[in-house]
Amino acid sequence: MTIDRLASATPVRVARKIKGLSDRAIAWIFVGPTIFLLLAINIFPLIWTINLSFTNYKANRINREVKYIGLRNYERILGDSDIWLSMQATAHFLFWTLFFQVLLGFALAWLINRKFRGNDLWTTIIVLPMMLSPAVVGNFWTFLYQPQIGLFNYIIAFFTGADPSSFEMLGSVDLAPWSIVIVDTWMWTPFVMLICLAGLRSIPDYIYEAAEIDRASKLRQFFTITIPMVLPFLMLAVLFRGIENFKMFDLVVQLTGGGPGSVTEMASINLKREAFEKWRTGYSSAFAIILFVTVFGLASIYVKALNKVKER
Amino acid sequence: MSYSITEPTSRQKWFAGTLVILYAVITMIPLLWIMMTSFKTPPDSISYPPKVFYTPSLEGYVNLFTTRTRVSPETLASLPPPENFAEEIVRGRDMVIAGPSKFGGRFLNSVIIGFGSTFLSIFLGTLAAYAFSRFKIPLADDLLFFILSTRMMPPIAVAIPIFLMYRKLGLSDTHLGMILLYTAVNISLAVWLLKGFIDEIPREYEEAALIDGYTRFQAFYKVVLPQAATGIASTAIFCLIFAWNEYAFAVLLTSGTAQTAPPFIPTIIGVGGLDWPAIAAGATLFLLPVMIFTVMLRKHLLRGITFGAVRK
Repeated sequence: MTIDRLASATPVRVARKIKGLSDRAIAWIFVGPTIFLLLAINIFPLIWTINLSFTNYKANRINREVKYIGLRNYERILGDSDIWLSMQATAHFLFWTLFFQVLLGFALAWLINRKFRGNDLWTTIIVLPMMLSPAVVGNFWTFLYQPQIGLFNYIIAFFTGADPSSFEMLGSVDLAPWSIVIVDTWMWTPFVMLICLAGLRSIPDYIYEAAEIDRASKLRQFFTITIPMVLPFLMLAVLFRGIENFKMFDLVVQLTGGGPGSVTEMASINLKREAFEKWRTGYSSAFAIILFVTVFGLASIYVKALNKVKER
Repeated sequence: MSYSITEPTSRQKWFAGTLVILYAVITMIPLLWIMMTSFKTPPDSISYPPKVFYTPSLEGYVNLFTTRTRVSPETLASLPPPENFAEEIVRGRDMVIAGPSKFGGRFLNSVIIGFGSTFLSIFLGTLAAYAFSRFKIPLADDLLFFILSTRMMPPIAVAIPIFLMYRKLGLSDTHLGMILLYTAVNISLAVWLLKGFIDEIPREYEEAALIDGYTRFQAFYKVVLPQAATGIASTAIFCLIFAWNEYAFAVLLTSGTAQTAPPFIPTIIGVGGLDWPAIAAGATLFLLPVMIFTVMLRKHLLRGITFGAVRK
């Protein structure tokens, strides 16, 4: 590879001397604006958030004196039972959405990979929900979930014989978390499906042919070839969905708004309430940092595990 | 025709096809229901059992684009005959059109901010991706990872300092502010995807051009860009879809002049309760372009999703 690069670099260096800016200058001109934008809108705010997290600042009271209060915000958050409840709600949501999406997504990918006629058209139709605005679609799902007039309740009632006004998907403490899981699964199963499909298609036919010659049963082929070879892809899909769903905001705001009570008040919803309704800017900044570190930490551990699976 | 032992039998194909189509049909029901509801009258939309067959009406669309006031029957009788169908529909409900609603403006905001941020992301992203692909940039891998990791922040966590920063700079609730923000969010994915596409273009083309006397910039502009056009186009679609669908930043940072459609649509309220046909009409107009886009460009889009994810 180095020889390759040397060989290809020689004429460039000759050409560069002839006219135009040096490659080095061009590199910085090209990368510069992107770095600047990211520094201004991602990094600077992050540092500011860290700074705010040590203060008692309230954004709605500009004239109040801002005091540094050390780690008190962090102490308060770790002792706040509301925060722990919101983490629990997030964990419940994360676990079940990932569970259903992996199960359905893999099954669908496996079926689509049977290459029946018209499979690409149907794949596209299945993919549609994930392309749409979660807020707009989530808002409409509240209509489908209406106890008496909603289509969802009507269909469930039709198949189970229950009274369609006897259960409230969004209004009852037991069902509300599941109503969000259902919509998220409906929206994002296609994503897991697409990644799995890429995995399935990356398995060369000759491996199956060899297994066939060795008279391995179909079931055995599935568990010793298909699953291990798709696993790295599946784990990637889980990583992306995991990060996204940890941040989940728009769908939940529209569906339940964190209610009833606070059973579906996930981390992001809680954060929004602290930051933009109670205006506890310092406190919510500390919470934001804790969330960021949590996602980052979990993702790093997960990526390590993923790399181990890939190396196998 | 050669016989392959890995090719599924026709019975398997038939079985797989049936299950996938069944799933696709179930997936489509909520989306079809949105479109169907948009052509119902308000009473039809909330009837029990839910109406599948009904006389289509444009009342939802009329209500979406207008504001109306209730008038007494005497005033109504004294008015000149209605000038157009919209007027006629509204008068049928004992009301007159008072003026246009905010929907048109909100939709236009979505278009301006969506295309503006997509253009900027692609412009900056292509330059940065080219530099990352072709030049030796110190700490390139770290920079790329850092660019990507900024996506792990929950939007609300970023929104706190952005809110404060924009308030100081006078960028709150402006198109420019939203365009810059969405660009900053999108650019990480754009650079990542585009670098992959540019990596695939052989360096020899540019080198030949450099020897022919092109400057580096001309080589980039005249040789690399045309080759990367498909990749750039599919990246642009992802950026556009993100900006089009985004809700969290929009709801926190905009309220009037720069508000996009996703935070606006759920707030459409009719007389005496939510006006579901109007909401559905807004949702239909907002979601339909994305659906058509997805079906038309399915090859590039589906490839882009897996490509983007698997490369990470």
